[in-house]
Amino acid sequence: MPHDHHDHDDGSHLDDMTARVMALEKLLTDKGLVDPAALDRILDTYETQVGPRNGAEVVARAWTDPDFARWLEQDATAAIHSMGFGGRQGEHLTALFNTPERHNMVVCTLCSCYPWSVLGLPPVWYKSMPYRSRAVSEPRAVLAEFGLTLPEGTAIRVWDSTAEMRYLVIPMRPAGTEGWTAEKLVPLVTRDSMIGTGLALVPDTTGPDAEGQAA
Amino acid sequence: MNGPQDIGGRHGFGPVRPEPDEPLFHAPWERRAMAMTIAVGATGQWTIDESRFARENRAPGAYYDMSYYQLWVTALAELMQHKGLVSASELESGQAEGKTSVAPLTADRVDAVLARGGPVDRDPGASQPAFAPGDSVRSRNLQGPSHIRLPGYARDKQGVIEAVHGYHVFPDTSAQGDRDTAHWLYAVRFPARALFGPSAGETDEVCVDLWEPYLDRA
Repeated sequence: MPHDHHDHDDGSHLDDMTARVMALEKLLTDKGLVDPAALDRILDTYETQVGPRNGAEVVARAWTDPDFARWLEQDATAAIHSMGFGGRQGEHLTALFNTPERHNMVVCTLCSCYPWSVLGLPPVWYKSMPYRSRAVSEPRAVLAEFGLTLPEGTAIRVWDSTAEMRYLVIPMRPAGTEGWTAEKLVPLVTRDSMIGTGLALVPDTTGPDAEGQAA
Repeated sequence: MNGPQDIGGRHGFGPVRPEPDEPLFHAPWERRAMAMTIAVGATGQWTIDESRFARENRAPGAYYDMSYYQLWVTALAELMQHKGLVSASELESGQAEGKTSVAPLTADRVDAVLARGGPVDRDPGASQPAFAPGDSVRSRNLQGPSHIRLPGYARDKQGVIEAVHGYHVFPDTSAQGDRDTAHWLYAVRFPARALFGPSAGETDEVCVDLWEPYLDRA
């Protein structure tokens, strides 16, 4: 049976961990190793400031600014840092541009390496054994579990993040967005499209607002 | 190490379960566990590779039975004890038996510390990369018991240099606390079928970041 390690599935287990972590925080605070206010500040950073919106701004700019896209391709670290998105788990960056011929997808089979500076904290599935074990060996089956089936002629290149290089997938710009500003494109760039387990959203061209949205 | 963390290509873990609108944390303790790990790590008592090795260096059953942040907390406590920052009796009782001499990460320094991160590129000096993009290489069949970032599925396989990433700290030695030893780092491209056999996609590829001591010219 495959295990399911979601802590919220088991109340007593969660209580054990709550008690253990509270005790550890108190011990480390009493020892002078931890400043609880610093923990609050770290959490505030990753809960309110650093998240996939950063990556989406990078992608939308690459879609609308050819000079920036070239810079991103040649030196993603400098290009992304220039937008103010630097720091922990984003010290060294490579951008992977999807094309009709090649779809890029990122995993860390050995632990959970992920570009925090542009995508925030990784989701549980990215850190899970099923994704880590299968993304390299059966990426098409994994993508199907995300509801994504690529066209026959599209090759997949999976990047196993085994070093401190962090990878950001630049999804293809959706059709029907010609003339859109970067600001308007940002909401189409999903987190999963920047990991390679999804595509950028296609603007709704069938609804009553379709004309206005596509304008 | 051929440990429980090295699972690329392994079977039996079941399907991936994406969680719509997933919260950042699934329990309040996960928040504190994550922040504590970063805060104590920022005191500079160990390298990122030492913390990775602390997480993976355990019996497979124990590794697979722990949730992600449970593993972090467990490895954090072990590392602190190993480095003499806390004692076994303190961890057992929860009662501090004195203050540490290590300066904690204070709230006013968090932004600067997170913004700085921990770059691992080093000055190569006169060293030149042995390989260039397009070169054929074969990964070595390394089976050491300590930390290594050459996954089992990519050992003793022929590939092509996709990119030269630079001169980066070597995880194998960094996991022993050595912050200086560095080697050239490459993205190496392998045909998926060379790694995973005929069931893999004919045109699919896997790129793995590998250091020069993991590679031979092919």
